[in-house]
Amino acid sequence: MTVVTSPPAPGFRRRVAALLHRRPRLRLALLLSAPLAWLLIAYLGALAAMLLTAFWSTDTFTGNIVKQFTLQNFKDVFGDPVYRTIALRSLGVAALVTVVDAVLAYPMAFFMAKVARPRSRPFLVIAILTPLWAAYLVKAYAWRVMLADGGLVNWALKPFGLSGPGYGLPATVVVLAYLWLPYMILPLYAGLERMPDSLLDASGDLGGRTGRTFRSVVLPMTFPSLVAGSIFTFSLSLGDYITVKIVGGKSQLIGNVVYDNIGAANNLPFAAAVATLPVMVMLIYIAAVRRTGALEEL
Amino acid sequence: MPAPAVRLHDLRKSFGDVTAVSGIDLDIHDGEFFSMLGPSGSGKTTVLRMIAGFERPTGGTIELAGRDVTRLAPFDRDVNTVFQDYALFPHMSVLQNVEYGLKVKRVRRTERRERALEALGSVRLEGFAERRPAQLSGGQRQRVALARALVNEPKVLLLDEPLGALDLKLREEMQIELKEIQRRVGITFLFVTHDQEEALTMSDRIAVFNNGAIEQVGTPAEVYERPASAFVAGFVGTSNLIGGVSVRPEKIHVDTQPEGPAQGDRQALGTIAEVVYAGAVTRFVVDLEDGGRVVALQQNQQTSSMDVMRLRGSRVRLGWKSVHEYRTPQED
Repeated sequence: MTVVTSPPAPGFRRRVAALLHRRPRLRLALLLSAPLAWLLIAYLGALAAMLLTAFWSTDTFTGNIVKQFTLQNFKDVFGDPVYRTIALRSLGVAALVTVVDAVLAYPMAFFMAKVARPRSRPFLVIAILTPLWAAYLVKAYAWRVMLADGGLVNWALKPFGLSGPGYGLPATVVVLAYLWLPYMILPLYAGLERMPDSLLDASGDLGGRTGRTFRSVVLPMTFPSLVAGSIFTFSLSLGDYITVKIVGGKSQLIGNVVYDNIGAANNLPFAAAVATLPVMVMLIYIAAVRRTGALEEL
Repeated sequence: MPAPAVRLHDLRKSFGDVTAVSGIDLDIHDGEFFSMLGPSGSGKTTVLRMIAGFERPTGGTIELAGRDVTRLAPFDRDVNTVFQDYALFPHMSVLQNVEYGLKVKRVRRTERRERALEALGSVRLEGFAERRPAQLSGGQRQRVALARALVNEPKVLLLDEPLGALDLKLREEMQIELKEIQRRVGITFLFVTHDQEEALTMSDRIAVFNNGAIEQVGTPAEVYERPASAFVAGFVGTSNLIGGVSVRPEKIHVDTQPEGPAQGDRQALGTIAEVVYAGAVTRFVVDLEDGGRVVALQQNQQTSSMDVMRLRGSRVRLGWKSVHEYRTPQED
């Protein structure tokens, strides 16, 4: 006679685990529902609210928002030459910050990836990240102090008969370039580290001097990394409103137009309409760079 | 007498505390196929990289055709390199890769296209000009790297273990092809390898490296038949030590009838301890009656595998000629 012993009845947790094992879709749903909800409500929700608000208006007397569809905000943004100038100026600042960061970041990233000993590389990466641990406002105000009349910059330049930029657009570019530099260095560092050293040797071996090697080998090979970095520096500059307030003097950029309309002017719908500008610019930019393969670098 | 294509004088290189190359003197003649052979870490690649200009020597001089280039940058030296990983530019087409050196030297577009296509033809890659390196096989990439270097008509072509990444069959084909190309273009080839057979097959002369120094320079036959040190004897082949002298395995005749007529003027009796059948040849490991163990290599001309496998345990007489014996200075 054979005794059939059935295995002990599986516990609840075991049954759940077995069910999840059989149903990969259920597993995925459980895993992603919370973050997806957060993304939809908090992130896209805010964006949708902004877009919706942009089509409303403010009652001039009461200051209350009138929830009636109107294109007036966009007509003002695109029609008024003042805002066109501000938009172009903001684009110019963002582009200039990106160029300055690229020019500064390439040598630093190159040193980190190709010259420094491999053992010291993690420490250099940490050193690059350290400024990001300090509060944004503190750093911006530190620059305000440095750029002041009797500040460090003027003091350092005085022996050469020069003076600093003072407050204004040049100061804004300098400070933004300082703030976003790590976001350019890190993708370039990653890209350069992936590039085999032998390609540099090969270019030199075939007669290429430093400039030629950079133009023909390093730049094309790290171009996706450069674009990845520029997405950060460009978009962060385009949306910034604090730095220009602190060191920009009287200059107006998109960011502080948005800020002023939310605060002083109490015109949230108009602020929302202005704020769609950088969003649109970035969408166009990202669509353009998608072709370069740079999005795989992010 | 014209200056040698490459002259190294007391060339030294240290990385921190580690000495990679310790005082090398070497002349490489014009038009020679010269190999630097040695185990990894023996300094051969470092010497090549110093000749190319990628590493700066700690001491000593490098002359190319009589001109001191020790302190020159790679782009100011009339040498080109075929890299171990080929180092093809992945963002350029095959043609652009081959054209690169000419473009840098500002050769006119039509001329450089013509020369690049000709170079691709000489490595049998005419139809591949517009491909990307990633679309090529290992052997094809290897040949693009060769064309990219040769199109510049350098005084010396440096090859850093260029066949290392290829499978055996392709490697043997490329060995023959490389030798043919070298004969055709007449350029001095300086070839780094750790594969003794490769060095013996292709080279006019070989320098055997060990611990950052050269143990012996000579023709393949000299290095193989008359190794200057125990290290060379062991590295370029198997070495049997019998009664104070050394004999290569293939020089030893294995006679299964110890009472028959003798082969060669030297003999030893022993028992076959192991039989290794390797297709074309069979390796016999024989324990000698006077002590010691030797390896003898026999071509499978008459026998089949079954025959040789049965020989394990049988008594044999080994015979060889005294002219095939060599002595190497004993290392401490």
